Amino acid sequence: MSGYAEGLLVLLSINVIVAYAAFLPLAAGQLNLGVAGFMAIGAYAAAFLSNTLGWPVFATVGCAALASGAAGLVVGYPVLRARGIYLVLATLAFGELVRSGLLNLDFVGGAAGYPVSGYAGYQAVAGVALGVVAFVAWLYHTRLGLNMMAVRDDEVAAEQFGVKVRNVKAAAFAIGALLAGIAGALYGHHFSYIEAQHFNVVQSVYIAMYVLLGGVQTVAGPLLGALFFTLIPELFRVGDTWRFVIFAVVLILTMVWRPEGLVDRDLLQRLRPGRAR
Amino acid sequence: MLAQQLVNGLLLGSIYTLVGVAFTMTIGVLNFLNFSIPAIFMLGGMLSWALIVLAGLPWLGAVALGLAAGGIASLIVERFTYRWLKTTHPDVPLISSVAFLVLFEHLVILHLGAHIQRFPVPFGDANIRAAGLIISIPQLCALGIAIGLVLVLDQVLRRTQLGRCLRAIAESPDTARLLGVDTNRIVPALFGISGMFTALGGILFATNYLQVSPFIGNEVALKGVAAMIIGGMGNIWGAVLGGLMIGIAESLSIHFVGGAAAETVIFAALLLFLCIRPTGLFGDRAVRAQRV
Repeated sequence: MSGYAEGLLVLLSINVIVAYAAFLPLAAGQLNLGVAGFMAIGAYAAAFLSNTLGWPVFATVGCAALASGAAGLVVGYPVLRARGIYLVLATLAFGELVRSGLLNLDFVGGAAGYPVSGYAGYQAVAGVALGVVAFVAWLYHTRLGLNMMAVRDDEVAAEQFGVKVRNVKAAAFAIGALLAGIAGALYGHHFSYIEAQHFNVVQSVYIAMYVLLGGVQTVAGPLLGALFFTLIPELFRVGDTWRFVIFAVVLILTMVWRPEGLVDRDLLQRLRPGRAR
Repeated sequence: MLAQQLVNGLLLGSIYTLVGVAFTMTIGVLNFLNFSIPAIFMLGGMLSWALIVLAGLPWLGAVALGLAAGGIASLIVERFTYRWLKTTHPDVPLISSVAFLVLFEHLVILHLGAHIQRFPVPFGDANIRAAGLIISIPQLCALGIAIGLVLVLDQVLRRTQLGRCLRAIAESPDTARLLGVDTNRIVPALFGISGMFTALGGILFATNYLQVSPFIGNEVALKGVAAMIIGGMGNIWGAVLGGLMIGIAESLSIHFVGGAAAETVIFAALLLFLCIRPTGLFGDRAVRAQRV
């Protein structure tokens, strides 16, 4: 594989993992604009374990996932008391709090950034991304997945039918945070260097944008969104600034035309072979 | 020295106030978090700069056009986010408004460059020195304009037909429509006003700091949001006080703990506020936000 293709594959894999990190809370109706904050927790936890204790990559990634998942649970319960706009802003504040906090933590490099000694090759990163897709596809068809969909469609009705709305939201949020931690840890281990400024609110916002572009009703949606976002410069042969212009225009028009995203349940139903309509 | 920090904070806060008021208006009336506001803030400053420096327009004319551009940009946002998306999941218009933020910012970078530009002002170095304090006149004017405009807005909301319609929509958009409020005219008016407010904030920012860049919106966006939350979403006077408090908190914490830690303090306070007292310090009194 050429270096170019490898780089693209790694970028795509990481974007896919964080897409599902944002997708899980969204599938339960919660917009998390702090995904980059959870990525940062994972990236720094993994880097710290790798640098100071010399743990192997898979162990640091696992611990990083647990750390960010636990952070998601701890933050999720109080934050998920807030709804709608309040929740969006609380997650946004959390993400920025993590970023600016890490910027001031000198034992992990502070503003100078933090080199990572362990290394994860592109095969490992892509493999984990595949695993995450499979995991989310499985999760979506479990009882928890169904409950998440019910909460997003109608919270009050779900509560009436005995769904523990708060637990479902917290679980979706925490599992999402865990995935974000994995993505952050892999990012750090592949590029061998992390800095707090990378995990900023703009990052979180782009993640949420391409997930909503792809659609939050199905597991295929975030995958498509991440693919599109990663491949725009390749597809249109454009520079980085145009990439964002095209992405923004496509998103604005798509939301008018298909507010539930490019792939929704209805579309999948229609595409299914052998089903009479 | 402390008094000087307080003065600086108040003057800094007047910019946050304008942004906070713009945020709080669309939240209070439509329950819609309009993330395109930072981009319109930036458009106001950058377009005024381009018209003065690149097009050679007179200062006042350029500033007036910058304001108008802010209003028009905000009307475009209204069409694509609120009007065509109001029946969708609430996250959809929000993310669409973020897309406008990205779009405007990158269009400006493409056409005007990503550099920091010197913003010309028609007056020279103007500072008042009184009782050992240095007070910059443009900043003082900014504070005066911000508070004056909010006073006007307050009266508009209380006394005029437009204000009554806006308050009716804030109570319930459907009922307002049933009772004959033409929401398709009132809502664009709201966006136009909030767009011009925001653009004015950007122009005042540029005049105060004598510089603009395509990224000035991002610098004030979160502070404006914080001003809105601390003041209570939907409460315009709350946003004014919140903005001034954020300004003071920022200049004090920069003075005592340094700039990087100041950010952490503000975000921590914001998160605590949202978890413990989401209605802000003053609740929502001026224009009532409807809640789920």
